[in-house]
Amino acid sequence: MANPASLVKYVLYLGDNNLILSQRLGEWCGHGPVLEQDIAMTNIALDLLGQSRMYCQYAAELSGSNKTEDDIAFLRKEQEYNNLLLVEQPNGDWGQTLVRQFLFDSWHYYLLHALVDSKDQNLSDIAQKSIKEVTYHLKYSSEWMIRLGDGTDESHKRMQNALNELWRFSEEPLIMADYEKDLVESGIAVDISTIRESVQKKRQDIIREATLSIPEDEFMQTGGKEGKHTEHMGYILTEMQYMQRVYPGQEW
Amino acid sequence: MNLRDNFQARIDRDEKIEPKDWMPDDYRKTLIRQISQHAHSEIVGMLPEGNWITRAPSLRRKAALLAKVQDEAGHGLYLYSAAETLGVDRATMLDDLHTGKAKYSSIFNYPTPTWADMGAIGWLVDGAAIMNQVPLCRTSYGPYARAMVRVCKEESFHQRQGFEILLTLCRGSEEQKAMAQDSLNRWWWPSLMMFGPNDADSKHTAQSMAWKIKRFTNDELRQKFVDATVPQAEILGLTIPDPDLKWNEEKGGYDFGEIDWTEFWNVVKGNGPCNRERLKARVDAHEKGAWVREAAMAYAEKRKKKQQQKVA
Ligand SMILES: [Fe+2]
Ligand SMILES: [Fe+2]
Repeated sequence: MANPASLVKYVLYLGDNNLILSQRLGEWCGHGPVLEQDIAMTNIALDLLGQSRMYCQYAAELSGSNKTEDDIAFLRKEQEYNNLLLVEQPNGDWGQTLVRQFLFDSWHYYLLHALVDSKDQNLSDIAQKSIKEVTYHLKYSSEWMIRLGDGTDESHKRMQNALNELWRFSEEPLIMADYEKDLVESGIAVDISTIRESVQKKRQDIIREATLSIPEDEFMQTGGKEGKHTEHMGYILTEMQYMQRVYPGQEW
Repeated sequence: MNLRDNFQARIDRDEKIEPKDWMPDDYRKTLIRQISQHAHSEIVGMLPEGNWITRAPSLRRKAALLAKVQDEAGHGLYLYSAAETLGVDRATMLDDLHTGKAKYSSIFNYPTPTWADMGAIGWLVDGAAIMNQVPLCRTSYGPYARAMVRVCKEESFHQRQGFEILLTLCRGSEEQKAMAQDSLNRWWWPSLMMFGPNDADSKHTAQSMAWKIKRFTNDELRQKFVDATVPQAEILGLTIPDPDLKWNEEKGGYDFGEIDWTEFWNVVKGNGPCNRERLKARVDAHEKGAWVREAAMAYAEKRKKKQQQKVA
């Protein structure tokens, strides 16, 4: 039997990735490089937010108290968020946002395909509901990786810089935290070793087609999954939690 | 019958004018000005509400706000497309916005310091927009009328959503109710200004009415808006900040106080609290996005060449 605390941590991990990434993408709304892409990026933000709500509702249920999705989303301390370091990184330019998105989607897509088989019915259902959206996200970010990588000299340079900047966060989703290992045995969490090759191959293929190259010998940063975040996280939460902290306990 | 008379006769018969039809130059110009101004308003209008996406107080509200601001982007898109059917391209229209040659609705030059402003904007600003736009669904230029049908459906959803945000605040704590009242105090008069100058001072109205681009005058629309909105404020339990507001049995509508036209013209001229910020945000987004647009074009070009080589 897996430790019940492991399941809570895993649900938060999956939900927080979507929550924090959609928070970042929401910063773009109204500021995109062209109207059509502004709309497309907001779509992705909306999808991820919707998915994160399903996880937050499940986490609230698991808490065994009267907690709501909003208590889960807004009222934890920084160290209690389990999202990947990747998703909390700043938007940078449009290229950096897309590289971050691609590195995320290229893992998220395969993870959900495996999570459908989870012995935990709730997780399996959430995965099933999310796959169609995330399939589109991966298609979108892959296409833009290629378009901008293989566009002009300037766009190529910007994309390579973004990849150099973010590659160090690319491995974290492929390294299992203790709570994942604990849940793998009982068939609840995805065993990352079963999707690792697919993720890596997808990344290599797209990056090659984008005429970009994977930085070599990059030291891989980890910690987000265990609540150890970069300095960006505090600022994200300050903004995100503002209303709930200033006006505690009210209906909105 | 000459072209111009024939054109007016078609308008008088309530026929729709389509892109390939003959139209007077000044009809075309008026429409380009109005539709592009409308499109600009949609995308500049994303900014004051976009402000609150990262700070929305609940996940449900965050999702609704994201979707709303995205709808406004969609409206911008339909309207730019409608204007393009008149022979002006989006890049030119955007340049006119960025250089200050083209205007957008002044309402978006007011700030959104509190969450209640998300309610007030939906309720009052989208509400006023609906008053202006419902008649435009029957405007004489076909592509504009059809774009407005889609836009109006979404605007009325926004209006209800904004009202509901305020209703929640008004049924909440004292603090929340005060937040709602403060927001109404700030947005009421600028919302009335959205209908433009009084009829006597409106230089475009007469011709636009004759061409059935406009179907009601500014003052008629403003009156309709006040009459529709006052009872809604009563449901909320909020006080409209106008001591002269009073039901007039005889005319079957409300009398209301004089708009501060000095403020109106001041904001139009660029001196509103956020004119510079709004325009700068648009210009920044456009300039920072230039490399993306160029790269997408260059890539499409490369693809085309490769395809041609394959075929050859
Ligand atoms: Fe709109
Ligand atoms: Fe709207």
